[in-house]
Amino acid sequence: MVRDAIVGFWHILRAMGMTLKYFFTKPVTVQYPEQPVRLYPRFRGRHELRRYEEGPYQGLERCIGCALCAAYCPTQCIYVQAGENQDGVQRSPGERYAEIYEINLLRCMFCGYCEEACPTGAIVLRRQFALADYSRDRLIYTQDRLLTPSEPHAIILDDRAGSEQERRPGVSGKPKG
Amino acid sequence: MDWVTDFWIPVIKAIVVVLALLVGGAYMTWGERKLCARFQVRYGPNRAGPFGILQPLADAVKAIFKEEIVPHHVDKAIYLMSPGISFAAVLITFAVIPFGPQIDLLGRQIGLWIGDLQVGLLYLLAIAGLGSYGIVLGGWSSNNKYSLLGALRATAQMISYELPMGLALLSVVVLAGTLNLNRIVDFQGQWPLIVWQPLGFLIFFIAILAESNRSPFDLPETENELISGFMTEYGGIKFALYFIAEYTAMVVNSAIVATLFLGGWKWPAVLSNLHPLAGVALFLAKVLVVLFLYVWVRASCPRVRYDKFMRFCWKFLMPLAWVNLAVTAVIVALI
Repeated sequence: MVRDAIVGFWHILRAMGMTLKYFFTKPVTVQYPEQPVRLYPRFRGRHELRRYEEGPYQGLERCIGCALCAAYCPTQCIYVQAGENQDGVQRSPGERYAEIYEINLLRCMFCGYCEEACPTGAIVLRRQFALADYSRDRLIYTQDRLLTPSEPHAIILDDRAGSEQERRPGVSGKPKG
Repeated sequence: MDWVTDFWIPVIKAIVVVLALLVGGAYMTWGERKLCARFQVRYGPNRAGPFGILQPLADAVKAIFKEEIVPHHVDKAIYLMSPGISFAAVLITFAVIPFGPQIDLLGRQIGLWIGDLQVGLLYLLAIAGLGSYGIVLGGWSSNNKYSLLGALRATAQMISYELPMGLALLSVVVLAGTLNLNRIVDFQGQWPLIVWQPLGFLIFFIAILAESNRSPFDLPETENELISGFMTEYGGIKFALYFIAEYTAMVVNSAIVATLFLGGWKWPAVLSNLHPLAGVALFLAKVLVVLFLYVWVRASCPRVRYDKFMRFCWKFLMPLAWVNLAVTAVIVALI
C-alpha cells in the first residue's frame, strides 16, 4: 500500500516533468494563412489542365478529349465531351479537343488515376489544397477554372532529400508527363 | 450607524471583488486553453486580439446569442436555477479571504478583505458543501440518466473529498491556533505553512481538485461515458454560467490554497512590508502559481476510474490525513 503510493507519486512526478519539458518547446503549429504550409513534392492536390508551354504546339491545350481519364476514374467524377477541331481554330494538337471538361470535386478522392491514364499529360494533380467553397455548384470545376494555374501558399519540400524516400521504400520514382 | 464604514465600504469592496472574480474566471478559461495548448506543443487561441486576449469576450458573446433551449422534459424552475446556485456558491466563498493588508484610503482604514470572520475556515467548508447543490440539482432536474449519474458522482465525490480536505485544514488550525483567516495569514509572516505542512498541502490540493471537478478527477462530466454529465441538457448562457462557475472556482480555490499554505499576502514579509499593494501583488502571484499547477496537473494526468477514485479517497487519503493531523497535534503538544 505504502509502496504503491510512493511508486504512484513518483510516476505522477515523472509525468509532470515530461509535460513541463514539452511546455518549453516551440509549438509545431503552422500559422497557415500567415505562414506557408510545407508540402511534399508528390502531394496530390486539385486537378489542373495543362497547355503546351513550348515547342510547335505552344499555347495549345494538351487535352485531346479522349476521355480515358473519365473511363479510368473510380468515382466517375470526370465528365468529358469532345469536339472536332476546325481548321484555323485549333484548340489542341490532335483532331479533337475537350469541348466540356468538368470534375466534380465532391466525388473525387484524389487517387491520381486520371493523371496516369492521360496519354498527353494534360490532367495533373497539382498542389492546390485550399478547396473549401460556399456552394456545391462551385465545387464542380469547369474547364476554364481547371486551365488556370494555381499557386498555393506552400513551401515544396525537396524530393531528393533522401530520408523521405528511405521511409517509404514502396514509392517508385516514376516521372510524370 | 455610520453608513459609510458599515454599508458603503463593504458593498463597494464586494462589488470590486465580484467583478475581479468574474474577469479572473473568464480569463482563466483563456489561460487554461493557452497553457494546455503549450503543454501539447500548440499555440492555443490566438485569433481574437493579440495572443487571443479577447477570446473570453468572443465566447461570452457567442453564449449569450445562442438560442435559449429548455428541453420539455426538465423540471424548469430548478433547471434554470441550478447554474446560478453553482456560480453564487463560488462567488461567496471569496468573502472571507484576505487579499491584502489594511490600507489608508481617503483617511479611512480599509482592510482588503470583505468579512473578517472568527470562524472563516468553517465558513469555507460550509460553502464548499453548498457548491454541490448547484450540480446535483442541475443533474436531477435535467431528467436524464446521464445527467443524473453525473450529478450523483459529483455529490459522492464532493462529500467524500470534503473529509480529507477538512482534516488537512484541521492540521492548519492546530498549528495556527485559530479559525480566522486573517490570523492564519499573520501566523505565516515568517514561514508559509507549506513548510510545516507539506503533506497537508498535498492532501488539500488533491481534495480541491476533486472538489472543483477538475481533471484528473472530473468524473461528473466525463465526456466519454456521461457526455458532460450534469451539463448535458444545458446550452447557451446556462452552460456558460456552469462553465464560468467551474473556472471561477479554480481561481477561488487557488486563493484559498495561497492563503492557507503559501502565506497569503504576507509572506515573505520583506516584500509585503514595502507597500500595501505589494501584498496584493504577492497574493495574486501565488494564486497564479496555484492556477498553473491546476493546469499542469490536468495536462499530465489521465482521468482515474471511478471506483479507484473513491477507494483512493477513503482508503488512502483519509488515513493519511488522520496521520498527518495526529503527528501535527503531537508535535505541537510537545513543543
